[in-house]
Amino acid sequence: MDEETILENFRNELRNWLEANCPKALRDSAANTKNSPRQEDHAAWLKACASRGYTTPTWPKEYGGGGLSKEEHSILLEEIDRIGTHIAPVSFFGTSMLGPVLLEFGSEAQKKEHMPKITSGEIQWCQGYSEPGAGSDLASLQTRAVRQGNDFIINGSKIWTTGAHHADWMFCLVRTDPNAPKHDGISFILFDLHQPGVTISPLMLISGQSDFCQVFFEDVKAKAENLVGELNAGWTIAKRLLQHERSMLSGGMPGGARPSKKESGSQKATAPRSYLAESARPYLGEEGGQLNDPILRDQIAQYELDSLCFGLSLQRSGQEAKAGQGPGAASSMFKLYASEMNKRRSELVMSIQGASGLGWEGEGFTPGELFETRGWLRSKGNSIEGGTSEVQLNVIAKRVLGLPD
Amino acid sequence: MSLVLSEEQHLLKQTAAEFISEHSPITHLRAMRDTADPIGFSKDLWKEMAELGWTGILLPEQYGGSELGMAELGVLLEECGRTLAPYPFLSTAVMGATAIALGGNEKQKSNILPGISSGEQIVAVAFQENPRFAPYAISTSARPSDDGFILSGQKAWVWDACGADQLIVAARTSGEPGDRRGISLFLVEPSCQGIAITKTQMVDSRNSARIEFDDVIINSEALVGELNEGAEILDAVYERCTTALAAELFGISQEIFERTLEYLKTREQFGTLIGTFQALKHRAADLFCEVELTHSIVLEALRAIDEDRPYRERLVSAAKARASDTASRVCREALQMHGGIGMTDEVDIGLFMKRAKAAEIALGDSSFHRNRFAEVTGF
Ligand SMILES: Cc1cc2nc3c(=O)[nH]c(=O)nc-3n(C[C@H](O)[C@H](O)[C@H](O)COP(=O)(O)OP(=O)(O)OC[C@H]3O[C@@H](n4cnc5c(N)ncnc54)[C@H](O)[C@@H]3O)c2cc1C
Repeated sequence: MDEETILENFRNELRNWLEANCPKALRDSAANTKNSPRQEDHAAWLKACASRGYTTPTWPKEYGGGGLSKEEHSILLEEIDRIGTHIAPVSFFGTSMLGPVLLEFGSEAQKKEHMPKITSGEIQWCQGYSEPGAGSDLASLQTRAVRQGNDFIINGSKIWTTGAHHADWMFCLVRTDPNAPKHDGISFILFDLHQPGVTISPLMLISGQSDFCQVFFEDVKAKAENLVGELNAGWTIAKRLLQHERSMLSGGMPGGARPSKKESGSQKATAPRSYLAESARPYLGEEGGQLNDPILRDQIAQYELDSLCFGLSLQRSGQEAKAGQGPGAASSMFKLYASEMNKRRSELVMSIQGASGLGWEGEGFTPGELFETRGWLRSKGNSIEGGTSEVQLNVIAKRVLGLPD
Repeated sequence: MSLVLSEEQHLLKQTAAEFISEHSPITHLRAMRDTADPIGFSKDLWKEMAELGWTGILLPEQYGGSELGMAELGVLLEECGRTLAPYPFLSTAVMGATAIALGGNEKQKSNILPGISSGEQIVAVAFQENPRFAPYAISTSARPSDDGFILSGQKAWVWDACGADQLIVAARTSGEPGDRRGISLFLVEPSCQGIAITKTQMVDSRNSARIEFDDVIINSEALVGELNEGAEILDAVYERCTTALAAELFGISQEIFERTLEYLKTREQFGTLIGTFQALKHRAADLFCEVELTHSIVLEALRAIDEDRPYRERLVSAAKARASDTASRVCREALQMHGGIGMTDEVDIGLFMKRAKAAEIALGDSSFHRNRFAEVTGF
């Protein structure tokens, strides 16, 4: 059988499988209003996706992944798109951050133990990097881990830990050699949060959500077998994980700076539209199809234009990487640009909505307006999380432009 | 089409970079300026470029062209931007070639196109009359006479009109200035009675002129394309030239950014390289992102024309708006980061800034194109 036939068979089999396994209520996402999905639908779909490893489609099969080739993965995305659904979501701390570094740095036993549970959604992970005294200067972290028999004993505190209160395990940066230069005494370790000595206090954000927490450790135990990589060699792993994080953040900002797949698709024959401009019509008014406020209209145009350029740059960087033409422009550039774009978008939406964007909750505002207002506040964190914009600029200046220290 | 250069395009880029930096480095433009050269470029060098297949890059082989596309033209213009090569690509290889290839009849094609491909014919396209670009604001008129037309009016900022072998003139044959319909194109010899071409000294030292038409008698064979439907051709001419300008602006941005980066790595103050100052580092990193984003949209717009994609006006306008803003910003920052020396004529930054300004304003600046982008996107 030639490759094309194999791929065609794959597609046909996949279609049948989707038909049989994807709950009807989760399809045709936009159009489907009468059939709102129930909890059971989500659970069934997650189970189905996980059973085939589709929540982590390109991970090797032996670690619970889908084992799909690039081509098969594209087919999966196309078919999923075709029926108007999404792959059941599992925590991105596992799929986009920890998983990829385990694949690269983890032992065979660690991969076998932890990766399948990420795929199945059984274990939720959180990221223990930042500390009260160590933010941008992450390598100055002080949380201590001391070897005691088969365990490491951990003391200290992490802060801004997203989702710690819903998480089961943490991947954590700890200081294992306080006497070495700061980058050389850090280790990367995994441990269970459900144990005595772990205290998790959620922190309220300006958006009214408590997405993140401060976490305190008092003689918390991590098994030595859960040390990833060599002792005191955690900084390399930490940095690699940050690259994965930044790539993920440049594609998936809440509110989404990345243009939809359809928009970036090159051969689109239907008239181009701007979601932002369309949603501005009721607020700004229009004349002959043109938004009435010329200044906001220009700002929307500038935003859409930049967003188009950004989407094309992501596409180009992918193609360059494939063609082996130099390093695709750094993940820092995309992280920087995506977060700044997303903040810009939210500010624009606030200008457009006027007083209708000032609601906090309850009557008098549409759910969309309330969502945008909270989103505006949340977006401010985009240029702080995963390394601040200033830090991204430092990285570009140093690593890409080669500017001196 | 992929946003990565193909092997052939890569090769073209290499050849272009080598040839242009050897034969038309920025000192070439300087020399043209300082000697007040009447046409601002060397006709001999243009012929050498013709031998490389560049002057007829968009033309069919039948007329001696190399039958390549906008993607390849973009590669050339990008390199021209890097050294400010003052060659008549926009006037002749893009506008003139496009107007005749798309609108001309067989006789006009065989009269003009081979000469463009061989580098022997310089064609200037006279469309603009007002300082701010408006595509159909044409009041120069061509009124019918016994066996043809009588042309009267004025054009300004006509690229490469000094010493041109042919003029293509956009004139009104019906309707009002601003109407899309009612424009017709005419192929006219510059030596015709009643035509006065006056050189204008431009900030970018390029060949540019004012042209007066004082009841110029032209015969009906001069008409290019359909009477009153000249905008059909003109739109295509504008589209290609706008995108070519974006490619040139991108080349300028790249060059000037790289030179500035180099300066940050060599100039010392306070006992250290100025590139160690974070206030400059961050701005450099930021400019880098802008230049990268510009690169992507320029490549995309060039390809969209080659592929004849629907709604490509949106990409073309995005490319011109973006490239104009980026070039302007990079030039301003480059000058600032060079300090006092950046203000001198001796250092090239000013030359880039002047050319960038001219290219930015040509065929619509960034606010013109943002407006068009919004229109095409339906708001
Ligand atoms: C929504 C959100 C979610 C987060 N989730 C997590 C998580 O799950 N896990 C986790 O470990 N952390 C998380 N963080 C923490 C985040 O990584 C840190 O907040 C970030 O690295 C900045 O550290 P800091 O808050 O201590 O600020 P600081 O480092 O104190 O920075 C203060 C200001 O100084 C600037 N600055 C600092 N150093 C430099 C420099 N060298 N040059 C120029 N300017 C500089 C910064 O850019 C900033 O503007 C999250 C943060 C947010 C906002």
